[in-house]
Formats: sequence, structure tokens, C-alpha cells
Amino acid sequence: MNAAIRVDLQLIADMVSPATRALDVGCGDGSLLAYLVDFKRVDARGMELSQAGVNACVANGLSVIQGDADADLRDYPDDAFDYVILSQTLQATREPREVLRQMLRVGKRAIVSFPNFAHWQVRLRLVFGGRMPETPSLPFKWYDTPNIHLCSIDDFRALCRDMGVRIERAIVLDRASRPINLPPLLANLLGEQAVFMLRRD
Amino acid sequence: MAVELDDLTEAERKALAQCRHAVLGTERPLRLDCGVDLGPYRVAYQTYGTLNADKSNAVLICHALTLDQFVAEQHPVTGKEGWWESLVGPGKVIDPAHYFVICVNVLGGCMGTTGPLAREPASGAPWNLRFPVVTVGDMVRAQAALLDHLGIPDLFCVIGGSMGGMQVLEWAASYPARVFSAVPIACAARHSAQNIAFHEVGRQAIMADPDWRGGDYRLHQTAPARGLAVARMTAHITYLSEQALQRKFGRALQDRNALGFGFDADFQVESYLRYQGSSFVDRFDANSYLYITRAMDYFDLAGAHGGVLANAFRGTPTRYCLMSFTSDWLFPTRESREIVHALNAAAANVSFVEVESDKGHDAFLLEEPEMFRTLAGFLKGAGTVRGLKDVP
Repeated sequence: MNAAIRVDLQLIADMVSPATRALDVGCGDGSLLAYLVDFKRVDARGMELSQAGVNACVANGLSVIQGDADADLRDYPDDAFDYVILSQTLQATREPREVLRQMLRVGKRAIVSFPNFAHWQVRLRLVFGGRMPETPSLPFKWYDTPNIHLCSIDDFRALCRDMGVRIERAIVLDRASRPINLPPLLANLLGEQAVFMLRRD
Repeated sequence: MAVELDDLTEAERKALAQCRHAVLGTERPLRLDCGVDLGPYRVAYQTYGTLNADKSNAVLICHALTLDQFVAEQHPVTGKEGWWESLVGPGKVIDPAHYFVICVNVLGGCMGTTGPLAREPASGAPWNLRFPVVTVGDMVRAQAALLDHLGIPDLFCVIGGSMGGMQVLEWAASYPARVFSAVPIACAARHSAQNIAFHEVGRQAIMADPDWRGGDYRLHQTAPARGLAVARMTAHITYLSEQALQRKFGRALQDRNALGFGFDADFQVESYLRYQGSSFVDRFDANSYLYITRAMDYFDLAGAHGGVLANAFRGTPTRYCLMSFTSDWLFPTRESREIVHALNAAAANVSFVEVESDKGHDAFLLEEPEMFRTLAGFLKGAGTVRGLKDVP
């Protein structure tokens, strides 16, 4: 058991009530899953695109299948989970809006984290550098990035409004993944990433 | 209950001398899917390890088409090591020090369990082709009857590959409360048209052999050895991948430097297949082969649940771990994925791993570290939830 997980994952884990059911979409190496199982007695399942990631998770005793958010969420019945988690993956999906809809169909709540494309560094690089932004949370070249649907924190809020989704919590994180408490306009400028907990309205 | 030794084949005699058996269905016969009531019937099985005090550590291994209950020991007929000895044994992933391992020769088999070799209880005449056609469901019900007989309420894990995997699925669908975890490997929820076609070729080869005698070869003291060998040769090709065949044999010649311009086994691959065929007939019964291949052909778990596979798993409490192999074209990954989709639709607890291997369908019987790691991790996770003590 290793209690230390990435700060943003810890934030997500803290949002999950103990002894519930959760699906982590894009669960990577399974560190969040393992934490939820070990420390919060959550019946946690995972879905991961990379077969190597899946195999590593299952070899660690976690329940994980190979699959992707765009295609495989629709298999699950309504309300199968208390939480459906999507961390740092929404921007890599083909149809983010549909993925969100599916998450909130399959889960009573959805927890989503994503990099903020309106962070001041991103703005600076594009406006003054004239180049596609590369930052610690967006480390890819324009030609090999998996991120095809980047958005800002305000964009995401607008989508939630549009979809009639209630935002139960929104946490904006600075570069060191520390939560920052700022009015929305500043948060959209200074937040490097955000974690949202959503619920069907 | 004593075994009537007179009726047994040499192989059955050796098998039963090396394993356990039970005679079941004396009071209440087994109602087969075809409608026939079978009883009494004999079930030959082998166990490794001990059942713990709270009877929570039983692991049922389901064997594939031509395998048997001798999972982890020298085979009484062939003298070869157990077919899953790499996985089951002291210090292995399934260690009898922790688990009570059971493997049952399937109904219709020829290693001691009742099949076409047996005698019909009513008439005393050999069943041969009059033996009722059995299904994977029947095989599983016979195993469940054995567990009742042994006083084992439920299984920590049911595991098997190929037809063994079909039995695992059937177990989980028919007895969800008795299956804590299930590991169907390299299998499908229904036998495909292509797989039925290959089986039919094998059966036709057996039945075209004049020594088959309408299935009554034992009465005539013959055996359809050539037909059964051809059936095995055909099937064996489906167990390998094209890459594995190419890597192993290529166009290499057998014991010669030039083509023979005849029909001897010029190529190593021919010689290999001939060997596979001829060694198979020493350990397997032709009628049994007909019945067991038929059971696989008839397997259709979705069909048995209104055409919707997810219905087979509604409300299932079982933890599943599915595995497939990249080069398996007999039971390709997409078949496992279909099962995973159905399990997801039932919101089941499921893991699925596709193992990279060029060894084809046979990979599930071979040294595949990724499969072993996956299984070890899955069993560990399931064991923790089950509250199994002393399991590594």
C-alpha cells in the first residue's frame, strides 16, 4: 500500500465518499483506484486505453478493462456507479460533451479534472510567442498531442450550463497543484488545472 | 463406490487408479439438456491441497476439449507432466498450499467420467453413439452435483481456458451465488461458425474411417485411429498461429536435403502434425471427441438467455477476469471483448487483459508471464475481498 498519490488525484479521492461505487475512466497505472480501494473501501473499477496500463492494474489486483471513454461508457447501465471519474482525459476524447453525458448517465455524479487552456502561460506563449503552447500540464508538440479538445475553465462552466448539469464543487489548482481561491475571472487566468464535481440537475 | 473395472479402457483404468471418483445420480438422475435423464453416472476428478475449515478456498479448474483432470501431475497414460503444471503446484500462482484445487473430467470424456465409453445402466450395453448428446451446461451441472457430494458450498474461483472457459461462463451464469470469482481465458460466449466448421471436419474424418463402425469400434476390437488422427491434425492447426508455425517450421525439410517428389512427410510441419495426430489416438477416444466437440458447438450463452448475453449476468455478484491472446484466431480477442461488454452492461466487476503472444490459442497452456502475473494479481485482489488468510 502506498498512500502517496498525485495531489490532483488526492483531491479527487477526497471528493469520493467511503464505501461507494466508482468508475475511473482512463485510470492509467491505477494509483487512484488503489487508493480508493485501500483507504476508502470503494468498489472501484477502472477503464484504460493502454493495454500495458490495464495489465499492470489487473496484476495489482485492481478491476480494470481495456476501453475508451468515447466508445465504452455506453455499455454500462444507468446509475451503475456513485461516481464516474475522468482525470486529465476529457480533452483527449473525441466527443467531450457526449462523454460527459454518458458519465452522468452511468454515474450519479461525475468528477472531471482537466488542464486549463486559458492559463496565463498558455495565453502568453500563443499571443507573444506565436507558437502552440507547451506547459507542464500540456507538454506535447502540436503534431503529437493526444489533446484534441482543449478548453478553459470558463468554457467548461459554459458547457455545464448548456447541458443543464449542476456543478457541486469546483476546485482550481495552481502550478503546484495547490487549490487556489479566486473569483472566476482570475481563476480562469491563474488556474493551471481544475477539478469539477458534477451532478445531473 | 467401486468401479466396474471390466468395462474400462486401459486409459480409464490407469486414470481412475490415479484420481478420485464419485458415482452420482443414483437417487436423482441428471436431467440433460437433450431431455434424457442420466444416472447413475461416474465423475472422475483430481484434487490438490486441502479444503480449509470455512470451505472458502476451493478453486475449480475446468479443462479444455482434449485435456483432463490431471492438471498438475504426471499423466497416467502419456507420462507427460500435468497440462497446467506451470500454473498449478507448490510455489506456483495456484499453490495447493493455499487453495483446494479441483479438476473434473467432463461429462462425455474418456478419462474416467461417464461418456460414450460407458455402459447404459438399463441395458448394460455400451452407450457408444447412443450416449445422449451432452452440453457444456450438462458438464457444469455434473460438476455442481460433485460439489454437493463433496459438501463444498461455493467456489473461490472457477478458472479455465477454451472449452474450460465456456464452463467458467456457464458456472457463473448458472450458479452465480456459488462462484466468487471467475476466470474465463481464451474463450467465447458462443461457438462461432468457423469453429463449428473445423469441428465438423474433425468429426467427418472420424466417421469416414471404416474402423469407426458407426461408433461401435470397441465391439469390433478396432479403433478409427486414422480418422481421429486427421481430426486432431486439423484441430491442432487451429491452436497455433500462422507466425508460430512459420517460426517453428518455415519450409524446413524433415530428415532430407531435397524434396522427395512423393507424399511422405517432406516438410517438418507435416511430420509434426502426423506426430500430433498419432500420439493423440493413444490417449483419446474417438466417440468422446465427437461428443465433446458437439458440446462446444452447442454452446451459446446468449441464446440461452433470450439472445442478450448481458441477461446471463444480471445482478451477478461474481468478480470476473477475462484474458485473451493477440494471436489467437480460434477464440480471438473480440469474442472476449463481447463478454466484457455484456458484463459491463450488467455492471459486473470485471477485468480484462489481452496478452501479447504469437503462440496462438495454445498460449493459454504455455509459459506466459503476463497471464501468470494477471492471474496472480486477480486472485490476490479477490482473496483479500473473500477474506482468505495465508494467501500470498
